[in-house]
Amino acid sequence: MVWKTTIRHILGRAAPALRPDPALAKEMSARLQAGGARKLGRALSIRHVAAGSCNGCELELRAIQNLIYDLTQYGLSFVASPRHADILLVTGVSNRNMAQALRQARTAMPEPALVVAVGDCALDGGVFKGSPVVLGGAKAVVPVDLVVAGCPPNPAEIIAGLVALVDAHDTKMPPKPKILPGMT
Amino acid sequence: MIRELSATEWQAKQGRFVALWTDANFAYALYHPGELVFVALEQGGYPALAHKGAGWFMRLARDLNGHVARGFEAAPPAIDHGAAPDGSGPWPEFARHPAEGAHQVAVGPVHAGIIEPGHFRFDVKGEQVLRLTARLGYEHKGILGLMRGKSPAHAARFAARVSGDATVAHSLAFAHAAEQAAGLTPPPRAVNLRAIMAELERLANHASDVGAMAGDAGFAFLDARFALLRELVCQAAQAAFGHRLMMDRVVPGGVADDLAEGGREAILAALGAVEAELPSLRRVFEDYASLQDRVVGTGLVPPALAEAYAAGGYVGRASGQRGDARLSPGYAPYETFALYVPVEQAGDVAARIKVRLEEIPESIRLVRECLASLPGGALCLAPDPATGMGLGVAESFRGAVWYWLRLDAGLIADIFIADASTLHWPLLEHAATTSILADFPLINKSINGSYAGGDL
Repeated sequence: MVWKTTIRHILGRAAPALRPDPALAKEMSARLQAGGARKLGRALSIRHVAAGSCNGCELELRAIQNLIYDLTQYGLSFVASPRHADILLVTGVSNRNMAQALRQARTAMPEPALVVAVGDCALDGGVFKGSPVVLGGAKAVVPVDLVVAGCPPNPAEIIAGLVALVDAHDTKMPPKPKILPGMT
Repeated sequence: MIRELSATEWQAKQGRFVALWTDANFAYALYHPGELVFVALEQGGYPALAHKGAGWFMRLARDLNGHVARGFEAAPPAIDHGAAPDGSGPWPEFARHPAEGAHQVAVGPVHAGIIEPGHFRFDVKGEQVLRLTARLGYEHKGILGLMRGKSPAHAARFAARVSGDATVAHSLAFAHAAEQAAGLTPPPRAVNLRAIMAELERLANHASDVGAMAGDAGFAFLDARFALLRELVCQAAQAAFGHRLMMDRVVPGGVADDLAEGGREAILAALGAVEAELPSLRRVFEDYASLQDRVVGTGLVPPALAEAYAAGGYVGRASGQRGDARLSPGYAPYETFALYVPVEQAGDVAARIKVRLEEIPESIRLVRECLASLPGGALCLAPDPATGMGLGVAESFRGAVWYWLRLDAGLIADIFIADASTLHWPLLEHAATTSILADFPLINKSINGSYAGGDL
């Protein structure tokens, strides 16, 4: 009944607002700011380039985004342009037809940038090593910071590799986005 | 069946063209359902074939072996884009469309998602795509050259890595060819295990691709659920066969390993989960007008065009083509299971989704029946070092995969691989022109050609 509710609202008294303990609130706020700065500094964007793959690694790169592995919970996500990316993730051998595009993708990234080679092909050419049109692994074309081996590596291994890379470079990478003025 | 033709007969030959390739002395052409003809090379060339699907193969033969198709000299390269050994080279120029107000949009070879590389050049007028030119070859790794001189057992590792999403089907087609060349029949247990793996691969790919298409049309929920179903199948494959994609499990002579302990239960549990959720996901697909609006009438491949290219897989079956290599030419063990092959006529994205959704329950049934009737016995026979020719086929989730090889004292003297995608890329070029540019990701995903499978 609408009229009953209306009368109760007119006649009733407002309940006292719930207020947190000021000391606790202050502490939580400080922790959030400190933790938040660290976490935001870890929120890195990944650009993927397949430079001569069999598409097996791409399947597992898609799998690390599914409901079970959920890559974004680690602050990592894929972006559509190297200009938006902190990490260049390379799969496949570096073949002759893709070498230039791979170099250009790396050049287009803002510094500092990291390069991750995923899969045995990106490690050293994998089974395709020795083919005249294969230059080698990713490091034949761009400097590589981390390799996740496997054919293809399973999703847990790819995520472990990416998180380890972010941990190792935490101090070297300036936090992103920059801490706003007023935050300490 | 193989026979030599004169140059005139070679050009006049009718039939459903599958593939063309050359070796040192001959040009070969393969027709459904496994008819192989060849013609002697003359001065490093052979008469061009007029079949619609032959274009890519003739360009590839010129790039790989230097053999010219006479009457087809003007075609652009397939995989050799003139890059220097370090990969540097000129950026491609494409002729402009003559229509007034038309402009070009260049996409690739690096794409915006987690996709293989390829270059697409669109001529558009406003939003309408007037022409699409696909420039492929960016996944080229020289696989055929690497396989020559190796034993089938060794070369199976390359066959498993021609197209990772169809690794079981490629391994299977390669094994069929190697076994025919060596005169070997794999043991019955291996045949059933192969079919289980092939059907798991098919339904895993169908599930994730259908989800990805829904995701492209703004239904992230469907993408998430279908990706989860794929993940369950991959985990079951890991438990049963020790590899999420079942790579290197099918080998010439049989299978590399038996079903692991607990594998049967893992597979059945995954199939149960897929079966339980599929009807509700399918209903979402059919009930939402905004989703149907994106897929119905989009990316048309008319049945006549699909027939001219002898399209297979869901691309052909969504455009009225009945072909399925499991039935024609057919291979064990499918003759015992009364296979149901869905066929649609509309030829649009919706029809391709419908075919794939209908193939999922059929694959579930086949896996269950194969598990229920799994015979005991040997897993693999070691092939003797043989000399001979072999032709093998397997139906991958996207269509027939063909392998041709010649063994010389147990080593591969020559080989050719034809993935179904090769015949589907030109259909994508056509389908794109029936819609606007913004629909292209959806259309591309609905045809889902393998870049790696065609580029070799």
